[in-house]
Amino acid sequence: MQNPNTLATKQFRMTRFSNLLTRRFCIFILSFLCTLTSTAQEQQVDMADAMRSNGKIYIVVAVCLTILIGLFLYVFTIDRKISRLEKENK
Amino acid sequence: MRQSWWKLLSFILLVYTIAAGFLMDVPRLPILNETIRNLYFHVCMWFGMMILFITSFVYSIKYLHSTQYKYDIYAKNFAVIGTIFGILGYATGVLWVSVTWVTDQNQSMGTVLKEPKLIGAAIAILIYGAYFVLRGSFTDIDKKARVSAVYNIFAFAMLFPSIWIIPRLVGSLHPGAPGSDSGNPALDRNDMDAGMRAIFYPAVIGWTLLGVWMATLKIRLELLQDKALLNAEPQHPGHKTI
Repeated sequence: MQNPNTLATKQFRMTRFSNLLTRRFCIFILSFLCTLTSTAQEQQVDMADAMRSNGKIYIVVAVCLTILIGLFLYVFTIDRKISRLEKENK
Repeated sequence: MRQSWWKLLSFILLVYTIAAGFLMDVPRLPILNETIRNLYFHVCMWFGMMILFITSFVYSIKYLHSTQYKYDIYAKNFAVIGTIFGILGYATGVLWVSVTWVTDQNQSMGTVLKEPKLIGAAIAILIYGAYFVLRGSFTDIDKKARVSAVYNIFAFAMLFPSIWIIPRLVGSLHPGAPGSDSGNPALDRNDMDAGMRAIFYPAVIGWTLLGVWMATLKIRLELLQDKALLNAEPQHPGHKTI
């Protein structure tokens, strides 16, 4: 029969207890770090949310679309001119 | 207007690119922030350049196969627009670098200058620049077409190691290099946000079609100018006519 209070069992219990403690501590630290990093990311990554909320982004889109439409109109007129030249030269 | 459906498609896709590209949600990432939207413009320039250079390469082979002068004109003008796309890609990349790579987070101009993709892309564009210099230095049209077609094939062969292979071997700041934590962001479907892919692929098609349109305009103009030459019989090398 083994005595429950031998040195070996005592040591075993102690290590188990300390393991549990370390594990709990690690989980606590990890969760703490996780919340810390997630909040830090949310704070750090600043996007142009103000532009979106007050609608000024639509002005940017409108300006770019105007330039794009202008460029396409230019290319389109060149295309038509070349088509006419091709017809004349046939 | 000739074959106008794809020109209209290009217009619609680019309007969609700008509207959706600015208005839709993108992943919130540090350092990149809103500049991630450059993907719809900067990366599309390189994709467009690649497709135009492939087209140019195919027409150079076709020229050598058939010695029809029009294929030489095709090859040259696709290379011209491809180079313009490359220069635009480089210029937009420089702007993007200035806010994402040159930051106070231990990256400086020194790391950027060592970036192999920048050097590789510069080499590739310079090789294509030499293609135009070579073309300009001939007085004999047949010789010009033949030698520059061969050179164009060489230039295309140099494109792959300089912008695709070497940056992946030695590590690069660009995504897709061994130094970064991602695979190929444009081609690997797991590496790009689904919402961004829905804008990026139409954007690539739209920009490429615009490039093709510009190239065909130049081609048609040159074909009109060289009408007399084109009507002549194709001359085979070694077969002399007096």
